[in-house]
Amino acid sequence: MAMSKSRRFSLYYFSSPQSFYPLAGALQPWFAALAVLLCAVGLYIGFFVAPTDATQGEVYRIIFIHVAASWMSMFLYLVMGFWSGVGLVLNTRLSSMVATALAPTGALFTFLALWTGSFWGKPTWGTWWAWDARMTSELILLFLYIGFMALQSAIDDQRRADKAGAVLALVGTINIPIIYFSVKWWSTLHQGASVSLTSAPTMAKTMLLGMLIMALGFWMYSIAATLARVRCVILERERHTDWVEAEIGRQTT
Amino acid sequence: MNWGSWQNFVAMGGYGFYVWGAYVVTLIALVAEIVGLIMRRRGVIERLAKYYAARRRNNESEA
Repeated sequence: MAMSKSRRFSLYYFSSPQSFYPLAGALQPWFAALAVLLCAVGLYIGFFVAPTDATQGEVYRIIFIHVAASWMSMFLYLVMGFWSGVGLVLNTRLSSMVATALAPTGALFTFLALWTGSFWGKPTWGTWWAWDARMTSELILLFLYIGFMALQSAIDDQRRADKAGAVLALVGTINIPIIYFSVKWWSTLHQGASVSLTSAPTMAKTMLLGMLIMALGFWMYSIAATLARVRCVILERERHTDWVEAEIGRQTT
Repeated sequence: MNWGSWQNFVAMGGYGFYVWGAYVVTLIALVAEIVGLIMRRRGVIERLAKYYAARRRNNESEA
């Protein structure tokens, strides 16, 4: 495989898996460290600074992971849809690899959003689950992630797998505004947003701060996990190149 | 927020099962993903090392 030797530094430079692999490896520990730091601060605020909720008591403290996980579940899907679209239009291999690497972490946060929501719903609403619009659309999100992963792994031809996955990811993005606005559009058991872009948040400042820091922590965690996974994906998919063979040689000796 | 005692902290005002049920599973899930990623990287390196070794043996026997 002929590799261009004259590599000009540009945005396109890092769109090649060979250049992105070491960059991802260099950045990954920093994002991991940020994630640990932010989650530690967020949990400290969540459990030791934020006051007891006047109506819900201590059970509201699930909010610090529930909202953070829910935001990440939707955000990661949008990022996955974006890179899928880029891969589909520009035919850049790295974009598809990033989309592939995002899916398991997105699915994990979707599961956690549902799980923590369930553990919050039981004591406050008296039920683990209801087929209301918010919860149902979030469950569909989980199926979209799982469908994306299943579809990609079911097709042997990598380019076809990427294309099929990208179409599914893009079509599925319609579900994100549905999840987000479901509490406005339909009457749901799930409460409306306590934090929105258009109005002042309806919660204590320290609660809000803990929640935002946890969300940042989960965001940094997602970046770290995705970078670690995309490095594995790059090695697997680029195994026919000389540079991967050299890299494996370095890792095993 | 001052919990006073370790017992109070664990009890979470009577909601301990729900709060810790949410947090512990989140922790387990994230740790499982991290361990999975470490194992995946090891697996990929091991598998590819074998693959290249086999390819080199093939090339030598053909030559």
